[in-house]
Amino acid sequence: MARRLPPVDVVLVGFGWTGAILAQELTEDGLEVLAIERGGWRDTPSHFPTTVAQDEVRWYWRKEMFQATARETLTFRNNRSQTALPMRRWGSFLPGEGVGGGGVHWNGQTWRFLPSDFVAASHNIERYGPMQPGMTVQDYGVTYDELEPHYDRFEKLCGVGGRAGNLNGEIRDGGNPFEGRRSDEYPNPPMHMTFSQHRFEAAAKELGLKPFPGPSANMSQPYVNPLGCQLAPCTYCGFCEKYGCGNYSKASAQTTILPVLMRKPNFRLKPHNEVFRILLDSTGKRATGVMHVDQNGEEYEQPADLVILCAYQLSNTRLMMLSGIGEIYNPATGEGLVGKNYCYQVTSGADVFFDDKYTNEFVGAGALGMCIDEYNGDNFDHSGLGFIGGGYISCWTTHSRPIERQRTPKGTPTWGSAWKKAVAENFLKSTNVGSHGASMAYASNSLDLDPTYTDAYGRPLMRMTFDFTPNDRAMTAFLTERVREIAERMGGREIKLSPREGPYDSMPYQTTHNTGGTIMGTNPANSVVNRYLQSWDVPNLFIMGAGVFPQNAGYNPTGTVAALAYWSADAIRSQYLRSPGPLVQA
Amino acid sequence: MSAARHASAALLLAGSLVAGPALSQETVYSQVERGRYVLVTGNCQGCHTATGEEPFAGGRGLETPFGTIYTPNITFEPETGLGRWSRDDFWRAMHEGIAPDGSRLYPAFPYPHFTRIPREDVDALYDYLATLPHVKKKKPDNELPWPLSWRASLAGWQWMFFKPGPLRPDPEKSAQWNRGAYLVEGPGHCAGCHTEKNLAGADKQSRHLMGGQLEDWAAPDIRGGRNGGLAHWSEDDIVEFLKAGRNAHTAAFSIMAEVIEYSTQNMVEDDLRAIAVYLKDLEGEERTAPPRPDQAVMDAGAAIYFDNCSACHVSDGRGVPRFFAPLAGSGKVNNEDATTVIRVILEGARAVPTEAHPSPLTMPAFDWKLTDAQIAAVATYIRSSWGNRGGAVSASDVAGLRKRLAQSLGPDR
Repeated sequence: MARRLPPVDVVLVGFGWTGAILAQELTEDGLEVLAIERGGWRDTPSHFPTTVAQDEVRWYWRKEMFQATARETLTFRNNRSQTALPMRRWGSFLPGEGVGGGGVHWNGQTWRFLPSDFVAASHNIERYGPMQPGMTVQDYGVTYDELEPHYDRFEKLCGVGGRAGNLNGEIRDGGNPFEGRRSDEYPNPPMHMTFSQHRFEAAAKELGLKPFPGPSANMSQPYVNPLGCQLAPCTYCGFCEKYGCGNYSKASAQTTILPVLMRKPNFRLKPHNEVFRILLDSTGKRATGVMHVDQNGEEYEQPADLVILCAYQLSNTRLMMLSGIGEIYNPATGEGLVGKNYCYQVTSGADVFFDDKYTNEFVGAGALGMCIDEYNGDNFDHSGLGFIGGGYISCWTTHSRPIERQRTPKGTPTWGSAWKKAVAENFLKSTNVGSHGASMAYASNSLDLDPTYTDAYGRPLMRMTFDFTPNDRAMTAFLTERVREIAERMGGREIKLSPREGPYDSMPYQTTHNTGGTIMGTNPANSVVNRYLQSWDVPNLFIMGAGVFPQNAGYNPTGTVAALAYWSADAIRSQYLRSPGPLVQA
Repeated sequence: MSAARHASAALLLAGSLVAGPALSQETVYSQVERGRYVLVTGNCQGCHTATGEEPFAGGRGLETPFGTIYTPNITFEPETGLGRWSRDDFWRAMHEGIAPDGSRLYPAFPYPHFTRIPREDVDALYDYLATLPHVKKKKPDNELPWPLSWRASLAGWQWMFFKPGPLRPDPEKSAQWNRGAYLVEGPGHCAGCHTEKNLAGADKQSRHLMGGQLEDWAAPDIRGGRNGGLAHWSEDDIVEFLKAGRNAHTAAFSIMAEVIEYSTQNMVEDDLRAIAVYLKDLEGEERTAPPRPDQAVMDAGAAIYFDNCSACHVSDGRGVPRFFAPLAGSGKVNNEDATTVIRVILEGARAVPTEAHPSPLTMPAFDWKLTDAQIAAVATYIRSSWGNRGGAVSASDVAGLRKRLAQSLGPDR
């Protein structure tokens, strides 16, 4: 029998980026906020100080930074004719666990989506006609202009370095000319570029493209954010993605919010507690709180007036399913919405090898790079191309972590002395150009509960059914050609192309940009949450995270996840608290 | 947490004003507020709070060379706190170092400084303490050897080293200077840490504010005039340090972190400025340069420094001002007594989070990563580079401190 705890105003399920943002915002209104996090407390000096932050074996290869698959994982299959099997080791994506969530081990590439990304269905249909069969792309229900102030807030929170390409409608040299209108310049200058970026920039310009510095939440200089939190200059050590930053140089909940939030008397954090279920009253239209369990297996009922899901996209979606809120999507009938429109991201690239030039990529940072955006979203004419959407092309120098990074030219054996020789010869003299492509929703890709496999508590695992779609394949083939054109002009001896072909493989790392499952939209018939991320079914339940993306854009998602969190928090503060109830009438 | 408790203490004010039997009728808000400020200037909370426990309820062990002295509960809880003390009792303790039962107080309670606080302020402090939530908590017994455990032994100490009475203002100096002198020498009791002690544990008057050692920390020289430890700091630097816990030269940690958290960041800027004016007027003593360390040790230290330290403190020791402490020119690094330098390398250090700088930027511990000889080499290197003249550190110094710290590991550390 669960022990009933004293009620709180707000309970947050999960305490990463969105949990920290919501807690910081809602405590400002004097609400008593409790965050429940299944992982442990983590802070810079105790958990990833400089003395241990760069332990490649521990954090990445032994997966200590990520969610423990021995307790809960998900099952995977490419299509419905297969039987899904559990992922016993993470591969293609790396969900986080513990305070700060995946925001501890992200790279810091902090993008805004294009204005057209938010209206992907109506915009593309108007320009190119009806969508492909099976495609279930839809509009977000919120516009870029509505999110703009919230993007701006997050960039200032994080001290993002970059150069505005569209400042209040004025297109500026050296920035991204395709981006939506920005109300302000980035709070920090771009990062210092290295040899590889200079070569990429020159090659892109030769092709008539407009390269610009990638927006970076690794600090290009010392920064104090609007909350007074300090972020130190990046040392370019190249341990960002998959690692915690020991130098306070990467924006995370720990570096940007927690120093202020943890001192507030009306905020509490309960780590090592896992939420099992969202509790509903007898009408099923109101959440009464959550049921959670501690490490000893003790169960607790935590009553709350407002329940906000702030866990990872996969976990939020699964919790909705396990709580029986809404109907699970059935691709056979098209009925149900929870689990619908699962999307990912489609990446490809080209390694570039130099003979006599040192790229020295051990001088790296998660968001140190030059990019072009000519082939993203609807920045180019897709007539006759057979796909919608696109991606940015970049030369990031994220790292040269020695166990993970061994670039070898085409024709090199995969082991033995010839391989060793090639690794040694090319380690300091190579770089990569990559494409980071969108993923459009199809009826065939979705999430539901596995009929066979369960977690440590005996609850069904999430089942992922995903493969690259006709749109993905046409898009990535197009982008990979553009990658090749740039890579070939960078002055190297040779390039090695890595196109994205064949079925989706869940093992090699691609991106932790899983989206959909609790999608947002314009009405209860097409979405789980409304434009304010409020559940259509249960108005005192809100869902954060990339699960609300109806489809994924050709950018890293964190900037948009955070902007949506601020947008939702703003709606809760300015509208919901005054008059609790649905913010959009169905 | 402590902020929350302050808030609840303020809320309790109204009720306590009528309920507290010890309070006089004329106790009004301004009097209580005055008392609160006296408490802030004296940092009562620091010593009278055990780590992680109720503020002002005492029980913190102060390690002295003679043994451990536990601080008492100064809430007005009648049985374990000050609830049965009269105003006169309180004045006598603060002014003369004598308890209500006539016994003498150990000068770990810095009444040689508090004696300089005028009666009206001591009364106001009494009235403020009376408003704090009562906490029932008995003071643990001190751990002192005989005859020190026998309080009568303190009569001789008081006779030799203690003169009750106010600080006489210097008519030659400005009111601001005199205010600063009062704060430093009176309630602020800076000499408690920053002045070397004699064998009896009393301040060496000839070494006033030239640095001292307490609980295995070396407190630096804080004299601000020529040759002083703060000679290169401006008045603004001192004010910023006391207000924000960081300035262009350094960051506060350990015991000074408490002083800033509970005391100086809550003081009015005029008072911080007065402290700065006073300290900047105190000249120091010229130091002879230590001999240049062995080049092989310097080379080893440099290599260790570049691998382990330079990411934050920067290759030329300049650090990142207000983020990561500069080592070049640092008073802590240049201190003749290298205890703090060694200890920070062994244990790491956390810059105090303040209202101005909430981020608790922290240096990690290296005790598990570097040997005594490696720590000695890198400490020698930073103390002898970039214009620093701290001098060499030996591996046995490191080993000794490492051992002492391991022995004193306890709940209060």
